[in-house]
Amino acid sequence: MSSIGTGYDLSVTTFSPDGRVFQIEYAAKAVDNSGTAIGIKCKDGVVLGVEKLITSKMMLPGSNRRIHSAHRHSGMAVAGLAADGRQIVARTKSEATNYESTYGEAIPVKELADRVASYVHLCTLYWWLRPFGCGVILGGYDRDGPQLYMVEPSGISYRYFGAAIGKGKQAAKTEIEKLKLSEMTCREGVMEVAKIIYKVHDEAKDKAFELEMSWVCDESKRQHEKVPEELLEEAKAAARLALEEMDAD
Amino acid sequence: MDQKPFSQGLLSSEADSQRTLYPYVTGTSVVALKYKDGILMAADMGGSYGSTLRYKSVERMKSIGKHSLLGASGELSDFQEILSYLDELILYDNMWDDGNSLGPKEVHSYLTRVMYNRRNKFNPLWSSLVLGGVKNGEKYLGMVSMIGVHFEDNHVATGFGNHLARPILREEWHENLSFEDGVKLLEKCMRVLLYRDRSAVNKLQIAKITEEGVTVSQPYSLKTFWGFSAFSNPTVGAEGSW
Repeated sequence: MSSIGTGYDLSVTTFSPDGRVFQIEYAAKAVDNSGTAIGIKCKDGVVLGVEKLITSKMMLPGSNRRIHSAHRHSGMAVAGLAADGRQIVARTKSEATNYESTYGEAIPVKELADRVASYVHLCTLYWWLRPFGCGVILGGYDRDGPQLYMVEPSGISYRYFGAAIGKGKQAAKTEIEKLKLSEMTCREGVMEVAKIIYKVHDEAKDKAFELEMSWVCDESKRQHEKVPEELLEEAKAAARLALEEMDAD
Repeated sequence: MDQKPFSQGLLSSEADSQRTLYPYVTGTSVVALKYKDGILMAADMGGSYGSTLRYKSVERMKSIGKHSLLGASGELSDFQEILSYLDELILYDNMWDDGNSLGPKEVHSYLTRVMYNRRNKFNPLWSSLVLGGVKNGEKYLGMVSMIGVHFEDNHVATGFGNHLARPILREEWHENLSFEDGVKLLEKCMRVLLYRDRSAVNKLQIAKITEEGVTVSQPYSLKTFWGFSAFSNPTVGAEGSW
């Protein structure tokens, strides 16, 4: 699928003859090379999960967070270049608090997604900036219920029932499509997300990984928070079991 | 908004519209003391507009994060602004999600910096703040004034409370007061303030903060006694006066 855009790929302000901006596509490749991040919208909330690839045995568990809170009611899972992700998260937090200072209420998730997308898009318009090399899955819970958005390095943002980015996104999307999300609660969703991440993890290419999960649902009082310890362990155990059963076949 | 045009001096009249000159809607004293399990704080619910007791259901004590309680007297809009700053501070602290949270000592320090820096720009937040809390078993009670003077003590009071309540507290406060004794002591102070402070209203709340969290009581009134013989026939010694 990859074509070499010789000559037309040096700047993000150059179109190719067939209407593509190669720099943006290359930025998307950076996202495809990172650990999988997925998000699902259940009937009572949103669950985010990340396959955090461990590059060194000396890394402390729980460090290098890939899921961040953007505000009380929303969080984002980042895939791609970690430093770029940090910048986007900082900007998102700032947009959220700015909105609250001006309008006196928590920023609607749709508005927040819009602003993140605009910011990411901004960096595709000038030759002295490079596009962000990361994609973001934004999940939040406001007056209009739970919502899930995904923002790509091109600045495109759509609303989803289920979204996946990173290495195992194709496999993850297939698994998510099998789920009946409208009937699922977040508790069940947490178990499913863990199973999917364990399933799409490629044992051969990447050795160890840490599962990071967060949710925002009725049970968490509509606040974005890490999935509670016991539930997380339960989900990991169930996921490992499911994997063993699959391997046994 | 804080930018002053080059031509104007620090205290010139056009710049005056951009800094606080005097307070408009004010709250009166806040009294607080340390007791066995934490901090007890009392404040009435009045908001005065000059000499008019205009607002009678103002909550002048609010919980901050998990470990602190803030009470304020002075300009109420400045109190609301301070709450807004603290809200953002606590939000960012929570978003780290690292198992740590800002305790009363840290919040007190933050407030001191805010108040002192505003004072240096001749644009103070016209409030006296009382900050109490408990974190990891350690009780903390401190105060910040509108010019940034700050200190910690076993009992504090703002405004008139400094003159009327502190002497009572100095006499009767001791370590490890029980909850009931603490409330009785606070009510004694608030009653004196009610009799003698013209901007006090007889509708108060008492808040307590312990390791478990903050509880703010429902508003209630103190019983007062006006049946002194000297009040029953006040003009007995001077006919015709009132």
